[in-house]
Parts: sequence; C-alpha cells; structure tokens
Amino acid sequence: MNKRGIRLLLGVVLTLLLFAVTACGTKSGGDGGGGASASPLAPSTAATVKPSDSPAPSAAAEGGPALEAIKKRGKLVAGVKFDTKLFGLKDPVSGKVEGFDVDIAKALAKQIFGDESKLELKEVTSKTRMPMLTNGEIDIIIATMTITEERKKEVEFSDVYFKAGQSLLVKKGSPIQSIADVKKGTKVLGVKGSTSVVNIKQKAPESTVLEFENYQDAFTALKAGQGDALTTDNAILYGMTKQDPNYVVVGGTFTDEPYGIAIKKGETAFVGYVNGFLKSLNASGEYAKLYEKWIGEKPPQ
Amino acid sequence: MLDLSIVTGHWDLFLQGLMHTVLASVLALVGSFLLGTLVAVLRLAPILACRWVGTAFVEFFRNIPLLLVVYLFYLGVTSLGVPLDGFQAGTLGLTIYTAAYIAEAVRAGIQSIPRGQTEAARASGLTYGQAMRLVVLPQALTVVIPPLCNQFLNLIKNSSVLGVVAGLDLMYFGDKVESITLATFDTYIFVGLLYLLLTLPLSYASRALERRLGQSR
Repeated sequence: MNKRGIRLLLGVVLTLLLFAVTACGTKSGGDGGGGASASPLAPSTAATVKPSDSPAPSAAAEGGPALEAIKKRGKLVAGVKFDTKLFGLKDPVSGKVEGFDVDIAKALAKQIFGDESKLELKEVTSKTRMPMLTNGEIDIIIATMTITEERKKEVEFSDVYFKAGQSLLVKKGSPIQSIADVKKGTKVLGVKGSTSVVNIKQKAPESTVLEFENYQDAFTALKAGQGDALTTDNAILYGMTKQDPNYVVVGGTFTDEPYGIAIKKGETAFVGYVNGFLKSLNASGEYAKLYEKWIGEKPPQ
Repeated sequence: MLDLSIVTGHWDLFLQGLMHTVLASVLALVGSFLLGTLVAVLRLAPILACRWVGTAFVEFFRNIPLLLVVYLFYLGVTSLGVPLDGFQAGTLGLTIYTAAYIAEAVRAGIQSIPRGQTEAARASGLTYGQAMRLVVLPQALTVVIPPLCNQFLNLIKNSSVLGVVAGLDLMYFGDKVESITLATFDTYIFVGLLYLLLTLPLSYASRALERRLGQSR
C-alpha cells in the first residue's frame, strides 16, 4: 500500500471514529409505556363486557366523589386516541373525532346526563394518558388501553369492553383459518420490532416470518401474494379489512389484550358505576350495535 | 463508545445478512455485466430494431428509482403469478438496474475503439458478432474497467434495497437488530462498517487494477 493509500485509510478510520463518538448517548430509549400490544396479561374477566359484582346505576350517590364532580361540572371529560383507526380518529376535514371508543364515551355521557353532547374529548397517547388521568385533566381513559397488572397499580380498570388480541389477516377463501393452520413453510408477514412477531414465533415456530417497516408495507406485500397471512392486533387488522374487503380476520385471537376503561386510583364507586353502565349497554343491545358499526362483525360471545 | 454487545449478541443475524448481501451482489454483478454488455452491443448494432430495444432498455431502467424497479418484480411480477420472493425480486431488480448503467459504460468503451478496427475485422471476413466478440470487446472492456468497478461498488451499496422487500440482506437484519436493541445509531454504524468490509477491498483492488492497466498501455 502506498503512502496515499494509507492516508486515505486513516481518513476513513478517523471519520468513522467521529461518528462513533457522536453516537454516544444518542441511544433511543424504548417506549416503556407501550401501546396496546405492550404486555399481554389476561385478567380474570376474559369475556367481553362481563360485569362482575357491580350494581346497576340508579342514584348519583353510587358514583362516589368522582361522579359528583363530573355532575357539578356539567360535562364528562374523556381521554381518547385521535390517531387510531376504528377506535378514535380525528377526521382532518370535519375536525370530528370518531370511533368505537368515542361512541362508548358518548354513551356514558348520555347515561350520566341524559345527553351525549355533554362530553369533552381530549387527545391522549399511550404515554400521556396515565399522567393526565392522575392529575385530573381527564375523568376517564377510553383509549385502546390494555388492562395489565402493572397498570392496575396506578389506575382502576373497568370490566373489559373490547377483547383485543393478536390475530391473523388472510385473503378470503384462504386455507388458513386459525393459528393452527400456520405450519412449516407458511409465510407470515409482520412489522419489525412488534411483539406480534415474537408471539407468532412462539405459537408457530415452524413458520417463516417476514418483517416490514410498517403495516402498510406488510399489507401491500400480502396483497401481492408475498405471504399467506399478516399478523398483529385484531384492532389494526379490522382497519385493513375496511380498506380492502377481500381480506378477512380469521381464527379469533391467540393472545389476550383486553381493553378496559381506566379511572383514577381509589375511585372504586365510579368504577362500579361504569361497570353498571357497560352492563346495561350490553343488555340493551347498544353495545353490539356499536361493535358492528365499527368492527364490521358481531361481538364474540 | 459503541456498544459492542450489539454485534456479539446478534452476530448470527448480522452474519446471515452479510451472506445474503454478498450472494445478491455477486449474482447481480455477474448478471448485470453480461446483460449490460449485451445491451451495449445491441445499442450499436447495425440493425435499427436492435438499437431501439437497447436504447429503450437503458433509458427506462436508468431513469426510474431502483426501489421502483425492485417493486416492479416484488409486487408487480408476483401478482402476475410468477412467484419471486424478496431476495429473488431484489437481486433481479438490482441486476437489471445496474445493467442499464453498465451498458452505457461499455458502449462508451466500444465507441472509444477506432472504427478502423471493426472495419478491418469485417473486411477480413468476420461477421458483426465475431468482430465485436473477438476484436472490439476485448479492447473496449479494458478501457471500461474503472467505470465498471465504480458501478460494482454502487451495486453493493444499492443491494440494501433488499431490506425493504424482506430480502434477508444486511440492511434487513440491521433494521431487525435496531428494533430489538433500540440502539439506533450504534446498530447502523456497525451495519456501515460491515458494508465497508465489502466495498473497501473492492475499491483498493480496482485502483490497483487501474494502475496495472495504465502501465500496460
């Protein structure tokens, strides 16, 4: 190697070193809070809206101080997602926030005030929702929030109002109808870094998992026939079936991500009120109506 | 400093990716060289239809993004019923895209050989194909070695496009390791170092070759 070559190599090494040094401390931390798929922990109530021992709401006194404060204020302040298809999505044109979670919040406002418009929606994210609830900015969280043991230490949870979990999306008429049909050689598409990719490797270790940058890329690959099934939370998959009705969600869920309504720690009387509300929503058939409106199929029994 | 455990802890992934990158690069290198030379000869052929096909090929594939060429195979050709996985589609796209550039380099090389060479070869009874193969191309290819090496370096780097179509290359596994470790910058620095491991030797080899060719002339 001649002198010029050595100098060139030295330059390259120095540049790399500079990169390496600047890299220190830029390590990005993980999203500790996690989204809906953060920690799959099944609570005892597995079925959708199966109230435990909560009494039916009748008098205001049963709702405790939290409900008293809401009534005094004259409106319910609910934290919902503004960016999640089917559950809470802000329409950029009309500015309205719509979704399953939003309709649940409306129904609760109607239960409290007899008027669903006495409701204020505030945007929450997976990171901000718990602090906002704790400091009193919002009365309740209805925002695709998975009930986990860890979160139960910080907030109260209602009964399950949506049974989310990992599922499979396939083309209509596919031989794959459940996780049991995912065998050796089956190509399953997922997204890099998602827990669903880890889960599918455990449930079907023989399958070939191909990972993409985001759900849109994975869905495009599925449509092009690059895989047999796509896997992630059913809530996201249902959004895809809305995009292209030639694809269906099959086989139910094989992980449990039960969504609950979160209430400030200690407000157990209000939790009882909300559970009673969910029970009556279910009994009146209103719940099934909302479920079908957004998810596109009847709620599982 | 850099967290070495990123490499040691996921070495199997990096190695798998490196092997696929090398394989894709070698296949695309050989393929694009052969295809590119063929297209260059077509572009200069005495038959109009051949010239037209050659020009159309070069202008089409040279002027659309590589990612689109790969999508053409990964999403387009696959939906026509030809099953191509990410690795195959990516390598094929890479081959054709690079061939368009190589065709231009080889064409320039051929045109740098004095016309008298072809004319003399044809006068001595060789066909156009024979004159090209036996007289012109051997001379032209020595002229175009430096620009070809440049294209091959680009090819290795461009092979990172496989990462987008689940082609199991270095970039694909780099992304995967990044999403596991969440150490974004560190991971990609290692990925960059592994690419350098492939490209730097080629870079030096091409310079040495260039020097030797310079002496021989």
